Amino acid sequence: MRARPRAVLAVLALAGLAALIAWAAGGLTPFGTPSGPANGVVRTLVHERHAANTVNGVTYDLRGLDTLGEELILFVAALGSAVLLRHGRGEQVDERADEEHESASARTADVLRAAGTALVGPLVVLGVYVVVHGHLSPGGGFQGGVILAAGLLLVYAAGQVVALERVEPTALVEVADATGALAYVLVAVGGLVFAAAALENFLPFGTTGNLLSAGTIPVLSVAVGVEVTGAVALILTELLDQTLLRGGE
Amino acid sequence: MAPLALSVLVPMIAGTALALTASVERRRAAVAAAIGATLASLALLALALARVGDGRTVVWWGDWPPRGRVVGIDFAVDGLGGGLALFVTVLALPALLMAGYAIRASAQLFYGACLIFVAAMVGYCLTGDLFNLFVFFELMSVTAYVLVGYEVRRRAPLEGALTFAVTNSVGSILLLFGIGLLYGKAGALNMAQLGRALGHVGPSGVVIVAFAFVCVGLLVKAAVVPFHFWTADAYGVAPTPVLILLAGVFSELGLYGFARVFWTVFEPAFAAHHDAVRAVFVSLGVLTGLLGAVLALAQHHLKRMLAFVVVSQIGLFLIGIGLLSDDGLAGTAIFLVGDGLAKAALFICVGVVQHRYDGIEERTLHGRARALRPLGAVYLVAALTVADLPPFGTFLGKALVEDAALGAPGWAWLPAVMALISALAAGALLRAGLRVFRGVGEPAPRDARFASGADDEQRADEEEDVAVGVPTAIAAVLVLGALLWGLVPGLAQSVADAAARFTDTAGYAAAVLGGSAPAAVVPHVRDPGSTAYLYAAATLAGTAVVAWLGVAGRSLPRAAMRAIDAVRALHSGRPGDYVAWTAGGAAVLGALFALTLR
Amino acid sequence: MTVLPYLVAGWLLVVGLWGAITSRHLVHQVVCLTVVQSSTYVLLLAVGYRSGGYAPIVSSSVPPSSPFVDPIVQALALTDVVVEATVVAVLLALTVQAHKRFGTADPDRLGELSG
Repeated sequence: MRARPRAVLAVLALAGLAALIAWAAGGLTPFGTPSGPANGVVRTLVHERHAANTVNGVTYDLRGLDTLGEELILFVAALGSAVLLRHGRGEQVDERADEEHESASARTADVLRAAGTALVGPLVVLGVYVVVHGHLSPGGGFQGGVILAAGLLLVYAAGQVVALERVEPTALVEVADATGALAYVLVAVGGLVFAAAALENFLPFGTTGNLLSAGTIPVLSVAVGVEVTGAVALILTELLDQTLLRGGE
Repeated sequence: MAPLALSVLVPMIAGTALALTASVERRRAAVAAAIGATLASLALLALALARVGDGRTVVWWGDWPPRGRVVGIDFAVDGLGGGLALFVTVLALPALLMAGYAIRASAQLFYGACLIFVAAMVGYCLTGDLFNLFVFFELMSVTAYVLVGYEVRRRAPLEGALTFAVTNSVGSILLLFGIGLLYGKAGALNMAQLGRALGHVGPSGVVIVAFAFVCVGLLVKAAVVPFHFWTADAYGVAPTPVLILLAGVFSELGLYGFARVFWTVFEPAFAAHHDAVRAVFVSLGVLTGLLGAVLALAQHHLKRMLAFVVVSQIGLFLIGIGLLSDDGLAGTAIFLVGDGLAKAALFICVGVVQHRYDGIEERTLHGRARALRPLGAVYLVAALTVADLPPFGTFLGKALVEDAALGAPGWAWLPAVMALISALAAGALLRAGLRVFRGVGEPAPRDARFASGADDEQRADEEEDVAVGVPTAIAAVLVLGALLWGLVPGLAQSVADAAARFTDTAGYAAAVLGGSAPAAVVPHVRDPGSTAYLYAAATLAGTAVVAWLGVAGRSLPRAAMRAIDAVRALHSGRPGDYVAWTAGGAAVLGALFALTLR
Repeated sequence: MTVLPYLVAGWLLVVGLWGAITSRHLVHQVVCLTVVQSSTYVLLLAVGYRSGGYAPIVSSSVPPSSPFVDPIVQALALTDVVVEATVVAVLLALTVQAHKRFGTADPDRLGELSG
């Protein structure tokens, strides 16, 4: 379609959608008075699973199957992006790539490299803390995993690409990605083996507020953290490689 | 619990394990592992289905049964849902076998992605929770985007994957918006609980808009007009193993989701408006069927033609489901399985021809596949299956849908339209088959609209001389399956039982939430009678006429050709256009519901 | 105030779709899709908000008997964010390849598959 008819169709359609949504909004309960079972769920999770952060309780226990699916979506998307981008990379010459890396790290300002290197450590510690304490305070596997992946990105931004390439991060993050996903599924099967239902919380619940409490929730949180780190790092690595290998266009 | 949970978890374990060990590329072991995992899932589903029998099995993940209200996520399996999941695993086997032949680069990751695709589809069929449905829906979709674009060295798969991904993303966002509205109104995500809650609320504004958005999300995947534009682009370029699953069952799952969500969640709210719902969805089905069939005829790119045939068949399925009756639903279920097997076989045939002879257009392939006699025979039989050849499964299913239509007042003209749609679609298939496998008639005229895609001719180095024997055998087995499916004794009655249970909203809610409900009334279905054979004969005759006209080079009058060309121009390959049509369709559907469902 | 958040969600949906439909650059189109996605986050979180409720994290100062906002929608929104982010990743990978193969990132110039 040409631009003009398409724009007309779009305006009409979107006006219609806006009207429909406004009409629906009028029928919802007023903002601030939800109709869901919120308080009951919180109390159940605290008293039965001894999880202080009930959002993670919902994510990894009550609705753990959703999280399993979501984690696999991330897994497939990361691997898919890697495959989609890697096919195109086959023609690049490796020597030219190395030259680009050398010049890239030479171009980065010393201050940036120093700051980057200094921050990587604290970021990793923060990420691990957020992952492991997911059941006690805001955070969890997804949030912590993204922080950890950001640490890797920081290394790139600081121009340490050459150092990174030598450690072969691509294989490592792929392994991390798959390991995390596999671990989650195995814990789900563990529920079948050690208890009555798949994804059941079959580890001891401990006392609310302790690090070792809430059963499988911290375990799943760690599995997800590993997986998210791997997946996000993989996606970022692949996309950055495209830019860097092509001479930073 | 165990068989149902494991039927989803085992392919997931295998898929992630294959990806974990992908650096150790051992293709044979990987294919064997993938097929083993699929067979295990198939066996577990068969076991679970046997236990379900003529009831429903409800299992709660994480051991969270309802306490007053539902707190956890359940798998609520009945005959149709479990049967469809079983069909998914059945189709996955030839898909993985073909992948072993066709996919060379990053093969192990491909099998891993296929396994996750299968796990997602099985979970989607079994789940009883609306948000969980969305999550599995998304997992299916994302895996499909990756699989469609797998041979990304060429431009066509890239564009196909892009339009596929953009359009389906918009659909799933609308689906989620609808789910959010429902949760805001009813405070529940479990389908049975939502149904009960909405039964009290009635057809208010929120419910109607949520219904429209949820339908749009599911119908985009189901490739119903006007949400179907991505179908030809994606199904025209994907690798053959992926197409077996996509054409056989992917879009049909969109329709399954629609039926499941309607009967469990929305039917209590719209109990007094069945006629309006029927009118809307049967009309959409007719429109989809006609558009798909006509555009299939206008195509000369074999895979795109097949894609439009898929769209036309979806139209027929939607007619059966939209009639909102038990025998219509049963007929669609039977039809769907037989047709899925036939479509998978057709895509295999076309894929083999494409790889062997380096072309995909009717014109360049004219007469070149004469040497592939067995393949041609399989193609012919599969095309006739689409044309409603007795006693194949498609004939049996269609007969039930025709009965349902004739039984519903005011819809007696439907079987004639369905016969027309089938005749046009199968005629297109037959015409192409005669030209390619037999060289009958003059070569097809040059298709001005078809940008022949120069790099369709350019072979990627991963496609060598594909051995023809094994794919032919696989396709033959699939067609044989479609035949045997129609011959299973007592199939029609048992599927009708399952359909009666599927539409029994109160019974479903009672099984999930506790309580009791009156037993469902099971329709008594009779064997296909003379009307069914008459319609089948008419379809077959129509197919022959259409194919003969096509081969003889006759075309429609100028005005009709111009109109068809204008419609073809709308399928522009541009994501922006497709999103505009999706938004337009959503607005129109919402307006229609607002006018008719209150 | 009683329906404003829902209207905001609706506005985001509509504006994002407009951007996606009229876009002339694939990356812009993908980012417009993220805007559309964010409408669902706003809707989900808005339907779960309770006036005067605490964040659903129990501690010594916030006992389980206090009023809380809905943790379920927060979990749903978290799932939603991850799901949509991964779709964006795949789309961007396809965009990069499209730029390479087609030499352009203009979605309107992609007419390889038409008819």
